[in-house]
Amino acid sequence: MNNGGSHISDAISGRQRLMDRFFQALTTGSAWLVLVILAGIIVSLFVGGWQALVAFGPKFLVTDEWNPVTEKFGALVPIYGTLISSLIALLIAVPMSFGIAVFLTEVAPGWMRRPIGTAIELLAAIPSIIYGMWGLFVFAPVMSDRVQPWLQNHFGDTPLIGALFQGAPLGIGMLPAGIILGIMIIPFITALMRDVFLTTPKFLKESAYGVGATHWEVVWNVVLPYTRVGAVGGIFLGLGRALGETMAVTFVIGNTHRMSASLFEPGNSIASTLANEFNEAVGDMHTSALIALGLVLFMITFIVLALAKLLLLGLESRDSAKS
Amino acid sequence: MLLLSKPLKHLVSAGVVAFGLAAGLVQAETTINGAGATFPYPIYAKWAEAYKAKTGMNMNYQSIGSGGGIKQITAKTVDFGASDAPLSVEKLNEIGLIQFPMVMGGVVPVVNLEGVKAGELKLTGAVLADIYLGKITNWDDAALKNLNPGVKLPNGKITVVARADGSGTTFIFTHYLSKISPGFKEKIGNNTSVAWPTGVSGKGNEGVASYVQRLKGSIGYVEYAYALQNKMTFAQMQNKAGQFVKPDSETFQAAAAGADWKGTPGFNLMLTDQPGAKSWPITGATFILVYKKQEKTETAHEVLKFFDWAYHHGDKLAEQLDYVPIPASVVKLVEQTWKTGIKDANGKAVWTDSMVQK
Repeated sequence: MNNGGSHISDAISGRQRLMDRFFQALTTGSAWLVLVILAGIIVSLFVGGWQALVAFGPKFLVTDEWNPVTEKFGALVPIYGTLISSLIALLIAVPMSFGIAVFLTEVAPGWMRRPIGTAIELLAAIPSIIYGMWGLFVFAPVMSDRVQPWLQNHFGDTPLIGALFQGAPLGIGMLPAGIILGIMIIPFITALMRDVFLTTPKFLKESAYGVGATHWEVVWNVVLPYTRVGAVGGIFLGLGRALGETMAVTFVIGNTHRMSASLFEPGNSIASTLANEFNEAVGDMHTSALIALGLVLFMITFIVLALAKLLLLGLESRDSAKS
Repeated sequence: MLLLSKPLKHLVSAGVVAFGLAAGLVQAETTINGAGATFPYPIYAKWAEAYKAKTGMNMNYQSIGSGGGIKQITAKTVDFGASDAPLSVEKLNEIGLIQFPMVMGGVVPVVNLEGVKAGELKLTGAVLADIYLGKITNWDDAALKNLNPGVKLPNGKITVVARADGSGTTFIFTHYLSKISPGFKEKIGNNTSVAWPTGVSGKGNEGVASYVQRLKGSIGYVEYAYALQNKMTFAQMQNKAGQFVKPDSETFQAAAAGADWKGTPGFNLMLTDQPGAKSWPITGATFILVYKKQEKTETAHEVLKFFDWAYHHGDKLAEQLDYVPIPASVVKLVEQTWKTGIKDANGKAVWTDSMVQK
């Protein structure tokens, strides 16, 4: 009896062990597959961009000439455009998203939270080309007729920042592209911030309210310190999206390979250069330079994500040191 | 189809299948595959649809861009390639291809100037080149005023609009300006995408058109069909004969007719700045690329039959979409080249005179 029973349980545990091993192999394999794909992308970007990387060397990153006719390519203008438009986007999106998330979690009455929260999630689902078309046909005219002249009148002569607002108010350029990007990433950052704000234990907040803290004091001194890691993660997710955004930027950035200090002037980003020129790039060097540009974007995104990770690690260790 | 009820849909699809089978019995079931230029995609798709209805043959064309088309035909993954810019004879021989013009279009300068009507503004190639070089920056400029004595030009900045994406339109436009202006040739040059020294750039014809319609005092260049369909304010151009002409199918045809196709090996010809009193100076053709030596005789037959049908029966469809058909005299030359130039694996000619579908 005893023997028989252990036989059965042996058989079961044997099968379970087999299943377990199979499951382990499957999940490990999936994890490795991601790494293999990632390595594959890097290798193929290197191979494709090799001709341009060899021909232009490190100067590829700091030259501002991009001329398909003479086949002289430098990535400085698209790199600058990508970073500046994303920076403008963050300057707009971070405070806005923070405000919306605070409103939704602390200030808004209960019946408002769900519909507004859903509306914001819906905004995140709008395809980027719609933002681009809206930007060109609705937003750009408003920019060129009202916002840009106003900015020029009020800040055009201010030392230092005055240079940012020079040139013809076309409604197309770095500033409009940055603003559109900002609007696009608000829903992402907001949704994440709201979710992490909701994880703050109720008793912490109620204790603070109990001793007479205002909404602002509760958010700044209780919720934010508790959820700092998640909130920063949300911001970097938004930044990652802004760096790689293609269609919406292409519509409003003006697509010109020229450097300019002014935010009113047209520029170019890496993603929109790729979208514009890849199809009809006839020469080998042009194609190679575009792939090398793709590699640069990959590197920028990688560096940003690595920095985010380091920042988060720093925050975590500081938190644990405190407690 | 979407509106049909379900049983009806089944009936229709059964009918389609039955028809397909019947057609299949008459015609050997083959599909011809092509890839390349985006500019002629609408008319190739239209031709394919009409040709299928008539013969049951599938023509599958992917508009991946001229560069992609050349790469695909070089790799032999498609039966024909399509390119907006003609390949040089050396390049054709290197890969073993022949090319021929399929359909034409023209590039038209369009402006946004208050009080100026379509066809009123007159431009020369030299002035247009100087505007795109950033040398002429105001509509008030003496060069523009001298050309347009009767037109009220505003005192305002010219905003130059160009194409951001690589395109055959830019290739034709910069080819013309490089031909006319040595300064343009040296500073900007001729390519599917170039480094513009001034202005903004929009993606696609629609991008350029919407920038021009939005920005007061702007000038841009778009495909003729696009200017027509959007009722844009186009300009007249001075041609090689010194005449000012308006863009329409007559002036495009005149440019093609005046061109020296016979004396140009490989049809490597741009139709810019052609002689003839009526020629529109910024005209261009789009080209088809096929191998000289065909391994699959049957497919090669079908490919040439399709293009032959398009030459002889596709003019109306082309005109409906505001493309300009290739003149009959040029078609004859093209089919002559097919006869002598395209051979099957045994060295036998793939195309014979008796195959022409009159």
